[in-house]
Amino acid sequence: MDRPNAIEMRHIYKRFGSLVASDHVNFMLCQGEIHALLGENGAGKTTLMRILYGLYHADSGEIVVNGQAAEIKSPKDAIAVGIGMVTQHFALVPPLTVTENIILGYTDGFQINLNEAHRRVAEASEKFGIPVEPKALVKDLSVGQRQRVEILKALYRNANVLIMDEPTAVLVPQEVEQLFESLERLRRQGLSVIFISHKLNEVMTITDRVTVLRLGENAGTVETQSTSPPELARMMVGRETFGVTKTAGKPSQGKIVLELAQVAALDNKGLPALKNITLQVRAGEILGLAGVSGNGQTELAQVLDGTRLVTAGQIKVLNHDITNVGPEKVMAAGVGRIPEDRHESVVAELSVAQNMALEHLDEFTRQGVLNKKTLLEHAKKLIAEYQIKASPGDKIRTLSGGNMQKVILARVLERNPQVIIVAQPTRGLDVGATEYVRGKLLEQRRKGAAILLISEDLDEILELADTIAVIYEGEIMDILPAAAAETERLGLLMSGVKADKVGA
Amino acid sequence: MIEAAFVTFLVGLLGATLRVATPLLFATIGELYTERSGVLNLGIEGIMFLGAFVGFAIAAKSAEAELAGYLWLGLGGAIVVGLIMGLLMAFFSVTLGVNQHVAGLGITLLSTGLALFGFRMIFGQSSVLPSIEPFAQLSIFGDLPILGPIFEQYLLTYVAFIVLLPLAWWLLYRTNYGLELRSVGENPEAADAAGVNVFRVRYITLALGAALMAIGGAFLSLAQLGAFSPGIIAGRGWVCIALVIFAKWDPIRAMWGALLFGGVFALQLRLQLLDLVDIPFEFFLALPYLVTIAALALAGRNVAYPGAYLKAYRRE
Repeated sequence: MDRPNAIEMRHIYKRFGSLVASDHVNFMLCQGEIHALLGENGAGKTTLMRILYGLYHADSGEIVVNGQAAEIKSPKDAIAVGIGMVTQHFALVPPLTVTENIILGYTDGFQINLNEAHRRVAEASEKFGIPVEPKALVKDLSVGQRQRVEILKALYRNANVLIMDEPTAVLVPQEVEQLFESLERLRRQGLSVIFISHKLNEVMTITDRVTVLRLGENAGTVETQSTSPPELARMMVGRETFGVTKTAGKPSQGKIVLELAQVAALDNKGLPALKNITLQVRAGEILGLAGVSGNGQTELAQVLDGTRLVTAGQIKVLNHDITNVGPEKVMAAGVGRIPEDRHESVVAELSVAQNMALEHLDEFTRQGVLNKKTLLEHAKKLIAEYQIKASPGDKIRTLSGGNMQKVILARVLERNPQVIIVAQPTRGLDVGATEYVRGKLLEQRRKGAAILLISEDLDEILELADTIAVIYEGEIMDILPAAAAETERLGLLMSGVKADKVGA
Repeated sequence: MIEAAFVTFLVGLLGATLRVATPLLFATIGELYTERSGVLNLGIEGIMFLGAFVGFAIAAKSAEAELAGYLWLGLGGAIVVGLIMGLLMAFFSVTLGVNQHVAGLGITLLSTGLALFGFRMIFGQSSVLPSIEPFAQLSIFGDLPILGPIFEQYLLTYVAFIVLLPLAWWLLYRTNYGLELRSVGENPEAADAAGVNVFRVRYITLALGAALMAIGGAFLSLAQLGAFSPGIIAGRGWVCIALVIFAKWDPIRAMWGALLFGGVFALQLRLQLLDLVDIPFEFFLALPYLVTIAALALAGRNVAYPGAYLKAYRRE
């Protein structure tokens, strides 16, 4: 690229305790380019960008903006030099209007003229081609709309550099397309974009250049045109990856193990979260439940593991009715659960060994007193078997996400459950741990378990599932064999377009 | 004749309602602003008490020295001590990030102790409560037929309803500071990322809020009573905490809450005097508090607390 640099980050060094999150990283962003920052979780992408946006302070290193050394101590400084950031968890205030969110921290004068502000926001919306409704409350907007507000917020502050932290993680495919169109148009208007991602195909589609970070170091910057996904993957993990592959694509002929008939349930606010859910999972089958976050997935998992009451319908495991019998009996019926939030399914202050025994304490007690020896041996056996990097006495909160997930996997899988309810099993895990977890799920499938995989990661579902069900606003939109599921069709279903309108 | 008596009764009741509601309105707006920034200040009861004492002590001593504006000096002193206690609360809850319940109750204990200690130090242990000549009531429409008594109020009551209330609404919804305040209490991460100084907004708000609480307390000693006694606040601070929830953090609703409590309080005083029925007066005394609980139970369900309520903000 022969254009001048918009941003130069030189020798950025940052430590958190003993962890070096950014090890003398150099990063150059040209004016008018879309530049991917690629890397596994924990590679230091977000840290680097938080430093650029003034949310963290580098221990050493310098930042140059448009050829001038910049001292960025807070987001205010970053905004002043034309840097905007759209974070993963949107930095919006839900009860406020779109306009109020956009002008927040960027107003002139003490009194706010609301009419004038609405007008200016509408004007900016028009100018940048990012449609928003100025007077709408942010809490009433969809995720895609909220993201647009975030982008407009940055542009409204005259940002000429936009940092986007995994912007597609929360979007359905159609929204991703819209986003990419907007970014492309803004780039032509001269905006520079830093696109943080770990999704190779997106990086290949939208960016001009790619900088790969690995373990807090810069593993190289390449032109997108002259690279390939395998090369990028190699740079990311520092070795060849060996993706997990599922064997045999044909639908399972096993007997029906888990059966839901017209199940309905309410959410925490007492509103209907699940409506008329009918699903069947056979032995040796992985049923993938796809959907955008917050469409009833959490409630469905809770209904199945017995922690949420069903208001109508029936749930059966091998013809045993387990509707509203409570978690203990659900587990006794052969259901294993790997919940969505792993921190919620372990007790942080207890040891690895204790957590491993938690769901079946009665087997580790004698007359109500814990038998430490059995507990320890049990833990040692699982740690060896599941290659967990921890010792039995470690408090579980000190474990990495991957190791914590392995502890939960071990606890569930050692009992060879007939049904496994697993939600977001690889969220936040690095490539190695992700491969391991997926491999284990496929192994259980071979052994004949019926697995319900709830995931917001469509790639994960496409990779693992035999059958795919799509949930939208608590309803199953369609159930189709994985072989027949194209991304576009799933995307439409996920955004609530009925099956008969999608077309086969 | 009965009608005339009833009208007199009603007019008196309305006038008293406004009077009783005044300190509640000051303190409730103070607490409301504080909570809007994401901090619960349980120091309110103590800060009102300390405000009442400092206001009275300064006024009494100034009066002894024959200073003309002794009441205003007292009020100024109450404001200053309120600001100080607000900053102290901010230091604990914003800078140190300690548990807000503990910090707030600590402030109440500290303030109460300081006020009682100071009272004993300055006024000794006399059998007669020291008193001052309090603020006079204005009678702007005093000669208005029938309705006149309603308008016979203290200046501070006029200030509370005509100046403070619209100002509080305007500041919250129509100014830069108000927008920052609302966002800091809902989503400090977002406010921070938008370039708002979360700590500064919380410090300013807590100081202002506590000053209003202190004014509420000082109103009782400088205007309504012209004296100070250990039972002067009598749980009004806690009532204000409930009123803020009743108000759903909105100043206008806070006014209705303060008037409701004030109305019941004024009514029970009159019911006690009427000696109508054979009910112990303690029941009437408890009535306003019971009504507060009932109103809260009815209006306080499923309320949307500020998103960052009780949470200290840290940049990870």
